[in-house]
Amino acid sequence: MKIAHHLDDATLIGFAAGTLPEAHAIVTSAHLAMCPQCRANLRGAEAIGGGVLAGQAPIAVTQTLREATLASLDRLSVAAVKKSITVPKSAELPDVLVRALGVTSLDQIKWHRKLPGVAIYDVPLPKGSKAKLKLLALEKGRAMPDHGHGGEELTLVLKGSYSDKFGKFSRGDLADLAEDVEHQPIVDSDETCICLISFDVPARFKSIWARLAQPFSGM
Amino acid sequence: MPMVTMADPRTSGQRNDVYAVLLHRVAQSRDRSAFAELFDHFAPRVKSFMMRKGYNSELAEDLVQEAMIAVWTKAALFSTDRGSVSTWIFTIARNLGIDRLRREKSQLYTDLEDFDTPDDASDAEENLGRSQEDNHVAKALAQIPAEQRELLILSFVEDVPQSEIAQRLNIPLGTVKSRMRLGYQRMRKLLETVT
Repeated sequence: MKIAHHLDDATLIGFAAGTLPEAHAIVTSAHLAMCPQCRANLRGAEAIGGGVLAGQAPIAVTQTLREATLASLDRLSVAAVKKSITVPKSAELPDVLVRALGVTSLDQIKWHRKLPGVAIYDVPLPKGSKAKLKLLALEKGRAMPDHGHGGEELTLVLKGSYSDKFGKFSRGDLADLAEDVEHQPIVDSDETCICLISFDVPARFKSIWARLAQPFSGM
Repeated sequence: MPMVTMADPRTSGQRNDVYAVLLHRVAQSRDRSAFAELFDHFAPRVKSFMMRKGYNSELAEDLVQEAMIAVWTKAALFSTDRGSVSTWIFTIARNLGIDRLRREKSQLYTDLEDFDTPDDASDAEENLGRSQEDNHVAKALAQIPAEQRELLILSFVEDVPQSEIAQRLNIPLGTVKSRMRLGYQRMRKLLETVT
């Protein structure tokens, strides 16, 4: 799988610093799982964090903390080394999405259909999340919702493909576009195109359904 | 994005730091004195880092303990191909901070830990982390324009999201992002020349 469309450096820095809202961080993480080039780039961004940490003026820790930490090492068996909770493996989805979606295959998604050729699934996120996360399934010839509605929006293709003026986006490709970019992505694969989309919810937000229902020219 | 060719991490990365050697001893033989040295160097820096993020001294020490215990238990997962020990400990501290402060799952970071074992890291030409000494990173940070440095510090130290940085500094989000990109690219260039 050759990835053609990558993360913006600014997004990568946000992810490395840990400041992205969870929805954007999930899409970013899913792309990273599919893209060795962005993973290498991520380590470059994390190195800035390492440099910043190394450059901190030390603040002495209490002797109690030091003793307690050193004393606890004996109790930490090798068992503690085992990785955090594992998830079932999926050929189709990276771990982060198996976890976020609670499925191992996109066939198991409980889609919500409102318009012909369009289905949406709202991915549940913790309360207070500042951005939303949705799966969008569009049949051939359908247009993706327009961008440029005043916030961050990341789109990761999981299946099928679409094209717009930036080129063709297939599995693993990520559209990380500035908020003011206008484009008209249209699904061009025979199979249904499934994308994971995270977006900020600005004050004047038009629902994704309203955006999809808008007539568009060019078909 | 220009591809950056870095020195072989197996040679330049080792000079990287004595801490990598100490960590290796922890991983290989559960060496407690090596761990104590790592603790004495990193614990006060992690504490300082956490306090700059707004944790009080007590919470910061809790996080220091969690981070240093993770250093002990996960030592075998460290590889110099992925960057310096400071960078590795930074990612541990970052993930703990995300768990604690925002109650969001940091799992999405650990999900990535399985990737890029040293064998397939040879693709990763762009990795400026693996061969850089931390003081090079610090020096490079000092050399980029102040307006770019400020944004990187706000991100990495104070955990301010980019949209909030825009509000705080009263500049458009697009400007925040372009300064981030420029700062990062400047740093890559600077780090490229020191190896």
